[in-house]
Amino acid sequence: MIMKLKHLTTVLLSAGLMFMISCKGKPKDADIQATVTTALQSTPGISADVKDGVVTLAGTVTNQADKDAAENAAKVTQGVKSVVNNITVAAPPPPPPPAPDAAATADAALKTGVDAIVKDFPGITADVKDGVITITGESKADRWKKLKIALDALKPKKVDASGLKVK
Amino acid sequence: MALQDKYKELIDAAKSAGTSNLQVNEQDGVLHIDGEAPSGAVKDQLWDIYGKIDPNFLTGDVVMNINVATAVAGAKLKVVTESTNLNIRKGPGTDQPIVGKAAHGEIVSMISKQSDQWWLIRTDAGEEGYAYAQYLQPVE
Repeated sequence: MIMKLKHLTTVLLSAGLMFMISCKGKPKDADIQATVTTALQSTPGISADVKDGVVTLAGTVTNQADKDAAENAAKVTQGVKSVVNNITVAAPPPPPPPAPDAAATADAALKTGVDAIVKDFPGITADVKDGVITITGESKADRWKKLKIALDALKPKKVDASGLKVK
Repeated sequence: MALQDKYKELIDAAKSAGTSNLQVNEQDGVLHIDGEAPSGAVKDQLWDIYGKIDPNFLTGDVVMNINVATAVAGAKLKVVTESTNLNIRKGPGTDQPIVGKAAHGEIVSMISKQSDQWWLIRTDAGEEGYAYAQYLQPVE
């Protein structure tokens, strides 16, 4: 009788132990999912689905390293049997084409107009920057007046003639 | 406001001479005066006053863009080049081929204004094309 009881105790104990081990060795899918999801938080855009210990990763990342890191993070999670990595690596969207520099475009248009005028005024050179026409060289007063009238008609921000010598 | 005070005589003259669409704006230390003078003589007068206040226009604190109201389609224009012929071009731009020439002092007709810079003109010889407005002055 005592032997029988002892045997029963052993059986019960071992059964309990077995149960505990099996519990510990086989976490529920929901627990795995929670752990994996927490591990993946550092990489946004990835979701994990767990079924019978198999983790299926989905989502989109911008590079292969992120994809591999997510797979490794899932693999090392306790209870995970295998990982199906369905993460897509998508190249980041190309940077938007540089907006045409409005100021430079306006300067180029102004420069064309200025060049067309100044070519008829030997001895004078003109430069355009930020809508300001800078005049250098030397000219007779009446010629310079004609040039100034023509340049002002191009609607510059300023005509800087501080470098001009009027004879 | 200081610039408007400095150029008060000029602004007053523009107003009293009947300059239409007169706009006077100060921006970044530069006084911008835009408008349309009733005649070439008024435009000349305004530039003379400007030159009196700022000798030789060297201060660079004014940009004055005064058009002449009589420079309209059908107007007679005088070629006011220094001495040479005025190129008449196929299109509005110095890169355009030359299709004709108008002599210094010649009178041509304005067909239309492509822009403030390029006017479509016709010579008495029947040549048509674009010429630089700088060298064309409405005949009063």
